[in-house]
Amino acid sequence: MILLKNATVVNADGMRESDVLIDGDRIVKVEKNISEPLATTLDCDGKLVFPGFIDMHCHLRDPGQTHKETLETGMRAAVAGGYSAVCCMPNTEPAIDNAPLCEYIVTRSKALGGARIYPIGSITRGRAGKDLAEFGAMQSSGAVAVSDDGAPVDSGAVMLNALRYAKTFDIPVISHSEDRSLSGDGVVNAGENATVSGLRGIPRTAESAGIARDVLLAEESGARLHIAHVSTKESVDIIRSAKHRGAKITCETCPHYIAATDDEILSYNTNAKINPPLRTQADVDALIQGIVDGTIDVIATDHAPHSRDEKNKEFDYAPFGTVGLETAFSVAYTYLVATESIKPTDLCRLMSTAPARILGIEGGAIKAGARADITVVDPDAEYTVDASTFRSKSKNSLFDGWRLKGRITEVFIGGEEFPL
Amino acid sequence: MKRKDILGIKDLNKTELNEILTVADGMRNMLDRGERSTELRNRNVATLFYENSTRTRNSFELAAKNLGATTTSLSVATSSVQKGESLIDTGKTLDALGTDVMIIRHPVAGAPRLLADNVTASVLNAGDGINEHPSQALLDVLTAKRRFGGLAGLKVVIVGDIYHSRVARSDTLCFTRLGATVTLCGPCSLLPDGIESMGATVEPDLRKAVVGANIVMPLRIQRERMEGAFLPSVEEYHNYYGVTDEIVSLADDAAIVMHPAPINRGAEITGDVADGYKSVIQEQVKNGVAVRMALLSLLVQCRINK
Repeated sequence: MILLKNATVVNADGMRESDVLIDGDRIVKVEKNISEPLATTLDCDGKLVFPGFIDMHCHLRDPGQTHKETLETGMRAAVAGGYSAVCCMPNTEPAIDNAPLCEYIVTRSKALGGARIYPIGSITRGRAGKDLAEFGAMQSSGAVAVSDDGAPVDSGAVMLNALRYAKTFDIPVISHSEDRSLSGDGVVNAGENATVSGLRGIPRTAESAGIARDVLLAEESGARLHIAHVSTKESVDIIRSAKHRGAKITCETCPHYIAATDDEILSYNTNAKINPPLRTQADVDALIQGIVDGTIDVIATDHAPHSRDEKNKEFDYAPFGTVGLETAFSVAYTYLVATESIKPTDLCRLMSTAPARILGIEGGAIKAGARADITVVDPDAEYTVDASTFRSKSKNSLFDGWRLKGRITEVFIGGEEFPL
Repeated sequence: MKRKDILGIKDLNKTELNEILTVADGMRNMLDRGERSTELRNRNVATLFYENSTRTRNSFELAAKNLGATTTSLSVATSSVQKGESLIDTGKTLDALGTDVMIIRHPVAGAPRLLADNVTASVLNAGDGINEHPSQALLDVLTAKRRFGGLAGLKVVIVGDIYHSRVARSDTLCFTRLGATVTLCGPCSLLPDGIESMGATVEPDLRKAVVGANIVMPLRIQRERMEGAFLPSVEEYHNYYGVTDEIVSLADDAAIVMHPAPINRGAEITGDVADGYKSVIQEQVKNGVAVRMALLSLLVQCRINK
């Protein structure tokens, strides 16, 4: 038994001073002044105790690109970031577009222990945007959602049928919405900084027009659509109005979109090359507003590991993406909670409760009977990010060297404490 | 000047620009006297061109030779780059061979900086993507300065495909930093967002833009722009943006016409204007060698003083 004493327990619906008693893999008591002489006691005075975080969107590169990340290194990075569960995107080699590959992820994840890894199956075979993958078989093999992430489904007709077919299984479709005829060969946000740096721009409409299409298709089909990595003001507006109409739509943004702007690319830092691209301060403000008013449901990492040699290249030739599992909480805490835009309870909803609800998986609350997935943080600790110490196999972090607030101090998954 | 590399006008302050121009002016006078120098004897200059360019490369190589340096030239088509060698590895190899200055042209913006960050040699940007072409800007400014005596108050009009032009960006920065004004002109499909932040004013109507101009500079228009739906036809482009005698007549009486070359006669400029008495295109070519000599000389001096 483990007893967390004098904790501030954070749930999406409220925060309270309490002790938490863990027995085996379950939380058995959440109340004040628990006395349990046989338990190992951890004094949590001054700490915030969250339900383990759940990442709806990461890239673990396994199978096929294991020089960037493996299920094992990705899992360890997840634990270090306070995540008790993560969902890996299917843009692997080969793509996770069938039941056996979903089974591989689930089986391997169980063997590894630690943070659970849920596969996201692809929407189309080979993520080629043409023929549907077997949603039913993948779902029964553990897939919690379908997505062609990294690539949009270009054809509106295929996307509409995919949404209709997904409705059969009540499986959420996670859309990387993008009009690729607009993004073209762009590498950064189109605008002043693209012009000044001579880097080719991706117009904001590449994202917002893609989202507008997918939102309308979701409404037409009645399926559950989750929009990945929202980064522009217009996207937030489109989703907000769709939600007002009652559409079954959810969406996520990522820590980098609320903490950074495209000023980061002026130094040609390839770790700031991300798709969708880092935008402007007006977009950052709109995303935070969207988080505050509930338009944005989730903060996901879009953890995208790439090797040093792959990133240490000419800007156009470097791949898109930044790692994020090990910095997501601190970045979100620093730029949302410490700035008093939101409360810790909101962050709990964004990083744990809402993902669990959308995906229909365990977790998201600290209460008696729940799995003992618990992340303890010291909200006052400040530190400087050193990517070289990451558990992830890749160190391509936009936040390397950044000063952040809110540090994860203990992580329990299924009642077991994992060293950080 | 104290710099390891020259990567763009963006990095250079007014004092540094003037120092380069003063040295370049001296180099030009030396060339006019038919003299050469041995200042860079025992120095190795390498050209590393990831984009085809005979003019710029020859100009740099001639500049190096005029100062007595040995030159190595690496072109993508014939080198290990074809075998997939990375830019950084190629740079490190040239470093190990004892290269003092690497002159790089590359299709990707920022590539010269990546090279500079990974080699001990000095790096000189000879054009990176649509970002910068500092030696072109300096030779344009030197040409203007030698013609008009100074730059303060001059009005420069650059017309054409501003979006895809590193010359437009570097020239805008260089001319404005030295006191001239720059108006950028072209169809709105070829005017990039936020270019005003670099110090230029934008005027899509060429007939309005050239009024009172001291320098009119058409940019080369590329046929690929028709395919990307930036423009409908060369003919329409010429009708609205071609620099003709009529357009030049709207500028200041003493205006000159510059062009970064190579020129497309009948497209962005008529043959009459290119060959006319207001054209200083050949003067630009001569000043190009002088400016590049100055840049090499200053970079090597920085290495010695380091």
